[in-house]
Amino acid sequence: MIKSVQELVARQQAARENFYSKKVRLGVGVGTCGLANGSREVLDSIRDEAAKQGLGYAVRGTGCVGFCQAEPMVDVLVPGLPRVFYHDMTPEKGRDLVKGLAQREFHPEWALMRLGADCLLVETERRLVGELNGLAKVPTIEEVPFYRRQLRIALRNCGFIDPEDINEYLATGGYTALAKVLTTMPPEEIIDGIEKSGLRGRGGGGFPTGKKWRSCREAHGSPKYVLCNGDEGDPGAFMDRSVMESNPHAVLEGMTIGAYAIGSDRGYLYVRLEYPLAVENLALAIRQAEQEGLLGKNILGTDFSFTVRLSRGAGAFVCGESTALMASIEGFPGEPRAKHIHTAEKGVFGKPTTLNNVETWANVPVIINKGWPWFAAIGSEKSKGTKVFSIVGKVKKTGLVEVPMGMALREIIFDIGGGIAGDRKFKAVQTGGPSGGCLPESQLDLPVDFDRLTEAGSMMGSGGMIVMDDRTCMVEVARYFTNFLQKESCGKCTACREGVRRMYELLERITRGQGTLADVDLLQEVCEYVRDNSICGLGKSAPNPTLSTLVHFRDEYRAHVVDHKCPAGVCPALTTFVIDKDTCIACGKCRKSCPVECIRGAKKVKHEIDQSKCIKCGSCREVCPVDAVATA
Amino acid sequence: MALVKTVIDGREIEVERDRWAVEVARDMGIAIPTLCHHAAVEPYGACRLCVVEVTRGRWTWLTTSCDLPIREGLTIRTNTPAVLKARRMALELLWAEAPDAAEIQELGRQLGLEKPRFAPRVKAGKCILCGLCVRVCRDLIGQAAISFSNRGIDRRIGSPFETASGRCIGCMACVAVCPTDAIHVVDDGNVRHMETFHTDMELAECESCGRPSVPVKLLEFLRTKLPEGIPVSAVCPRCRRTGTAGKLTEVSTLAAQLGYIGGCKVGEASE
Repeated sequence: MIKSVQELVARQQAARENFYSKKVRLGVGVGTCGLANGSREVLDSIRDEAAKQGLGYAVRGTGCVGFCQAEPMVDVLVPGLPRVFYHDMTPEKGRDLVKGLAQREFHPEWALMRLGADCLLVETERRLVGELNGLAKVPTIEEVPFYRRQLRIALRNCGFIDPEDINEYLATGGYTALAKVLTTMPPEEIIDGIEKSGLRGRGGGGFPTGKKWRSCREAHGSPKYVLCNGDEGDPGAFMDRSVMESNPHAVLEGMTIGAYAIGSDRGYLYVRLEYPLAVENLALAIRQAEQEGLLGKNILGTDFSFTVRLSRGAGAFVCGESTALMASIEGFPGEPRAKHIHTAEKGVFGKPTTLNNVETWANVPVIINKGWPWFAAIGSEKSKGTKVFSIVGKVKKTGLVEVPMGMALREIIFDIGGGIAGDRKFKAVQTGGPSGGCLPESQLDLPVDFDRLTEAGSMMGSGGMIVMDDRTCMVEVARYFTNFLQKESCGKCTACREGVRRMYELLERITRGQGTLADVDLLQEVCEYVRDNSICGLGKSAPNPTLSTLVHFRDEYRAHVVDHKCPAGVCPALTTFVIDKDTCIACGKCRKSCPVECIRGAKKVKHEIDQSKCIKCGSCREVCPVDAVATA
Repeated sequence: MALVKTVIDGREIEVERDRWAVEVARDMGIAIPTLCHHAAVEPYGACRLCVVEVTRGRWTWLTTSCDLPIREGLTIRTNTPAVLKARRMALELLWAEAPDAAEIQELGRQLGLEKPRFAPRVKAGKCILCGLCVRVCRDLIGQAAISFSNRGIDRRIGSPFETASGRCIGCMACVAVCPTDAIHVVDDGNVRHMETFHTDMELAECESCGRPSVPVKLLEFLRTKLPEGIPVSAVCPRCRRTGTAGKLTEVSTLAAQLGYIGGCKVGEASE
């Protein structure tokens, strides 16, 4: 049990010494992204080999370092040398790596990057004494394009520490902010600092966090509750997942600071059921923090107590909405209510409640440690700090990136994301999840922050960024997300339940080739109705994919209903694939890829598609090396 | 209670803070159509028919008036073109959702709808999912015999797992509040069939005439709710009326004999 600040500092020092000990330390990324790529086997293989070597290597599981498509990632920390991260590891490579370490063979050809002297993102330095050897060829993290422009505040420690061991969080200086707050900062000063920092909710709402804390502090009622929204339901978004899995204590520390500021002694962490690893790691972190006296009763030996319980979701997107989330915690179905009376005054169990997103909470300790002026100096005028984005879709490098607010979409997609996969043409990017709008090329120079994207008809939302190329049909994108939303609607209000249903029906008719221009007009009308008449954010933003594509890609809708063609070659009813006889080189790749064997041809014989059998899957077009398959 | 000033349809009024806008409007003689609103239960804000335009500061937006608390500085307009357009769309959607509900069709016609531009739901009926039945049963009666189930487009109202509800007492409060007459009940002999909720129950016999009257479960429920000493008897409405009329006649005759009926000379009492 840590009962004083002095004890905390001593524990942090000891943990740091243990981290940078005389032993070689290997970390294997076993976040969900790593596990999905087979990192469990890599971890086992490295553990086995290290045990065989008998040299006392420390082997740890770590979280997600953000470059998810390069998983399984392994990092090696040899005393005196820079920390090196390896990508795309296999059990065999892992074994060879461990074997090689004894002979100082570092396999630079497998390395992604090396870090400077201090890799734990704290102020103090450690001394590098060894020869770089072959490691000089390995780029530093500042030179790697994926990481170069990033500023990892909310994602600090992710992939760098073992989330199952509180000592590794202590080694980074963890819980210093909480100690500072409990011993030197009265609640008013904390709230003032958060207000001045300009921190706004990272879950999508962008509400000023300090203002929220202040109104909760001033509200009447007891007890007060501090909640964390870990529901992260947006398809394509996994920012919060990474923080919860890889650095759970950052969230706990932030919540505890918030609880002290608003005068709360209890709270809930609502985590979606589809994140079992996040639930596990958070539960373990809570237990360990309580054991150490950093959570629960009499924190750090003071008379401040804060207890947190985990509350698991049950598979409803709508439970990410604040009032639905609170209903769910209370044991009721997740249904939103009108918010004329703010949840800061009457929230969960009818008591004053502060609900913030995972990423928002993760920012709090850093703002306390480094001071609000430091944070307010990052980002744009009205959007301070950084934002984590999940870049997915038709982009070369997928993963999580954290950049200062105000960076242009173009820079994120092309400089960090590496541009369009297969060097195809950029068509659109959907920002902000299923309720986000799609922005075309002409909008790529927009800075990403809370307000600019909303003005353009999309939204930053929680940070999902789905990149689309010229083989994406924007009408189909609208249909896809509308289908998701009609099923996830709670069904309470007419506008969302019936409106989104009818939006879907119209979009389905259009993609099936049965739509008319009148349908497109009716679709616009229903969209505007749903946007202006729904109870909650789900309904209000459900029309965004459709409305934004109607604005920026109206010609595609016209092609579907007037010309009865899908220009992108996606909607089966409106697509015909034809092999251009002049371009075809008769290599046979298309014939072999066709799942229904409808392509005739042979070596030196031009290939042809039997239209009566073709199911319009498009795999022939995908595999053709000379782009001979076109839509008619 | 604090008083605040608000302006509704150009008329300023001072009312208690946090009163619901739709009720304040009604007191002023402004009728706002509602479906899921009922004075007996808390507002729900589901049907979206009672929307009005609200302005506060530089913001103007559409919102439901049934759950809008009156606060200082609100300006409310109840029948602008935007409001009427929104109400029309709400009814159009509800009409397509519940194509057999005559009340919805009538409300729609009043707002200028001919027929919905959406295909009627195939297995639909009259239910518009306003939830009044659920809310009355849960919050007023206290039995919570029926509830919502499923989510989104699959949302429906019914008994648990669409089987007989053990909590239903056959009081028919749900039938009384349903705005579209969507709940079907048939009394057959001494059984009440709450057909919509797959629940049957025995009707007690009238102590007076012997015909089936009220559900046995309802009598049991009343006995638990009423203070001891208040008799709960299974007397059917007809016999109760006759009995009461008889008692009233007794009283009025006696009173007349004693000279207590005002305006009537003694001796001129009616039968």
